[in-house]
Amino acid sequence: MSVIFIVLPLALVIAAAAVAAFIWSVRTGQLDDLETPAVRMLFDDDEPTEDAQDPD
Amino acid sequence: MIDDAAIIDARPAHLIACSHCGLPVPTVLVDPANDDQFCCAACQTVYRVVHECGLNRYYELRRELETDRAPARTTGADFSAFDAPEFQQAHCIELPDSRHSIELYLEGVHCAACVWLIEKLPQIRTGVVQARLDLPRSLVSIVWDDDRAALSTVARDLDRLGYPPHPARGGEARAARTREDRRLLIRVAVAGALAGNVMLLAIALYSGMFDSMQDRFATLFRWVSMGLGVAAIGWPGSIFFKGAIASIRARTPRLDLPIALALSLAGAAGAVNVVRGSGEIYFDSLTMLVFLLLVGRVLQRSAQRRAADAVELLYSLTPASVTLVENDELLQAPIEAVIPGAILLVRAGETIPVDGVVNDGLSQVDESILTGESKPVSAAPGRPVSAGAVNLSAPIRVRAQTIGDATRLGRILKQIESEGVRSARVQSLVDRLSAWFLISVLSLASVTLLLWLAIDPSRAVSNTIALLIVTCPCGLGLATPLAVAAALGKASQRGIFVKCDEALTQLAHPGLLLLDKTGTLTEGGVRLVQWIGAESLRPAVAALESASSHPIGRALCADVDMAAAPTADDAEHFIGQGAVGVIDGARLVVGSFDFVQSQWRTHTPNWASLAQHDALEKGLTPIAVARGGAIEAVAVMGDRVRDDAGAALETLRNRGWRVGIVSGDDRRVVEEVTAQLGGEFAMLVGGASPEKKCDIVENAMRKGPVAFVGDGVNDAAALQRATVGIAAHGGAEASLAAADIYLTKPGLTPLVELIAGARRTRRVVFRNIGAALGYNALAATLALTGLITPIVAAILMPISSLTVLTLSIRARTFTREEAPCP
Repeated sequence: MSVIFIVLPLALVIAAAAVAAFIWSVRTGQLDDLETPAVRMLFDDDEPTEDAQDPD
Repeated sequence: MIDDAAIIDARPAHLIACSHCGLPVPTVLVDPANDDQFCCAACQTVYRVVHECGLNRYYELRRELETDRAPARTTGADFSAFDAPEFQQAHCIELPDSRHSIELYLEGVHCAACVWLIEKLPQIRTGVVQARLDLPRSLVSIVWDDDRAALSTVARDLDRLGYPPHPARGGEARAARTREDRRLLIRVAVAGALAGNVMLLAIALYSGMFDSMQDRFATLFRWVSMGLGVAAIGWPGSIFFKGAIASIRARTPRLDLPIALALSLAGAAGAVNVVRGSGEIYFDSLTMLVFLLLVGRVLQRSAQRRAADAVELLYSLTPASVTLVENDELLQAPIEAVIPGAILLVRAGETIPVDGVVNDGLSQVDESILTGESKPVSAAPGRPVSAGAVNLSAPIRVRAQTIGDATRLGRILKQIESEGVRSARVQSLVDRLSAWFLISVLSLASVTLLLWLAIDPSRAVSNTIALLIVTCPCGLGLATPLAVAAALGKASQRGIFVKCDEALTQLAHPGLLLLDKTGTLTEGGVRLVQWIGAESLRPAVAALESASSHPIGRALCADVDMAAAPTADDAEHFIGQGAVGVIDGARLVVGSFDFVQSQWRTHTPNWASLAQHDALEKGLTPIAVARGGAIEAVAVMGDRVRDDAGAALETLRNRGWRVGIVSGDDRRVVEEVTAQLGGEFAMLVGGASPEKKCDIVENAMRKGPVAFVGDGVNDAAALQRATVGIAAHGGAEASLAAADIYLTKPGLTPLVELIAGARRTRRVVFRNIGAALGYNALAATLALTGLITPIVAAILMPISSLTVLTLSIRARTFTREEAPCP
């Protein structure tokens, strides 16, 4: 019994898992807007400024 | 949105940049006492708000990201209508814990730093839980806690940051498109994964041929390949079979047909060989074919979808709130809350939101968007007014009769939407070619089969299959989608939104171009057309009219340096007649000839009465200017022809287009406009009703393709009927819905650019198809003569796809604009 009979189905299962993850990401809308997230990651996570005032 | 900037840009002081937007500050606005300088009041407001909220980092980010410049715009509205229950029911979604969410379409979103500023909303306004911006669509999704913040305060914050919000419309259509996109994307993912795995197995099989692979492994690999291949054809590939069945039913050849044929024939042959245990299995080529073709479709769809979203979101700009008059109190209310019989206040400059009758007030109303008539119509108590018309000079109170979909405007819009997109109207170039392609491939295949049956029967089947694979229409299927998708993406960067890609292919051939006049060829609205008299009198006239809200009064102030104008004393305005005042000690009367006569009974000099008759003859409005008792100047007012219109039409004529004008305005006005434009016109129609416009387009279409350019509601039916409908900048909602293409920049230069781009796109499509066909012809010859085996065919196949891909991306269709240097 060669190892290939185990490894081949295993490889297919891993590939299927990757596809399932992709389908999940599509269904949750992560690929609806491809531009804004690319921009958003440029901003540093700065601390909320303490002196922020009400604009009114 | 950005038009206001054009006026300001007229006389920039080159050295001083606005502290908010970085555009030049006009000299008159420079404030020597201040460190910060602003190009307009809106920029100043936004700058102050951003600093008060401690969000100065916005400016750092903008410097770091080197973003585009655009002046800010704030409306100062109080948005109290956003809190009304009718509004929230129509636009908001209720979440648990008294939270609500809403999608707002924002004006003025232009760069990456905007994302940062808008998403900081939860920090500057307690009660806002989350703000997420979709940059390409200018759409912000806000979640807020109704107990801690009212939606109107959130809307005011956005407005004061320079992003006037509007409730987003067209949500359902957008959601449907999103679902469709997601489904297609999932198909691509599955097809890609299957193709990748089959390729891995295929590499093992091909190398095993030279390396004596054990039979049991080869059998396993072949069966697994078949399983994956059948899955790829059955699920992601089913889209082509559906298309093929539809094309057989409609009896029009489409590219799906040869694709489906190649898939089923090669799939069946592969399956037979797997079961037999010898021969080629083809599943590697087939899965790759399905994957590449789907990628082409996704690219094409996403470009079209972006254009459709962008155009539909513009509908959100129509006013969502009205001013109700109840017991002499003014009340901001959402449009959903208006019932027939309600009295609404419509201020000067506002759009009338309902069909109704004027109850109170004297004003003039611009109905050009509905009728094409450039002259304002007077509105007096008892006169009917229509939704969509713009109130020009003075506030009026309107008693609502019909609202929403029941209005004339609503009915037109409804009708257009129900007719839907008619992209199937034009048969695409590739579909037409694919019929020939299918016939030639099938006849070549039978020739190959018969030939090899006679020469060497053992090689007949394998050579025939090799021919089918090598001529598989992969490159052909990608040729048009790729070229068009790349062109549409570039076009939208230039402000040209193409909703239907066939329209672009159609515009590549010259044909008949029909244009609407008001708002398309002309600027729409009253402008100073001609000034007869001393130029030095203009500042005085502007000073007198500066307080006027009448369109003619405002037009007389435009283009005049108000800082240099004297001040008017004792100014008195007579609605619909004129104005009187004292300037530099002299009494100045500006108004209609009758009005000036009634003020002075002065003698009208010969030149002035000639000018008056000439203007009336051309359908324009003459205005007399009298100082110290004598008429000193005549201002001829009317709808001015756009500066770039004459040159643009000339360019189009040189490219072989025949140009015609179809207008709802008076025939004399149309003739005057053609005289100013110059050149030859294939058709001139005045006084055309919307139905007549539509008939004209339909008649003209019997002789050939017709492109129609218009902006008004009265053009909508014609836009929809024409081979290609193009909505001009500032177009009404109905015209946007009906058109295939929308131009977001004013003037006719974008139209020339569109047509030039369409020609270049067509050339790229042809180049792609040529490359794909040339490759196929070469490969078919080799296969016919038996020079390539199925393996070589499978390796050669992607080369045509790659060639097409490279050609499309490198093509220059819509050239990117040079960054404007202020």
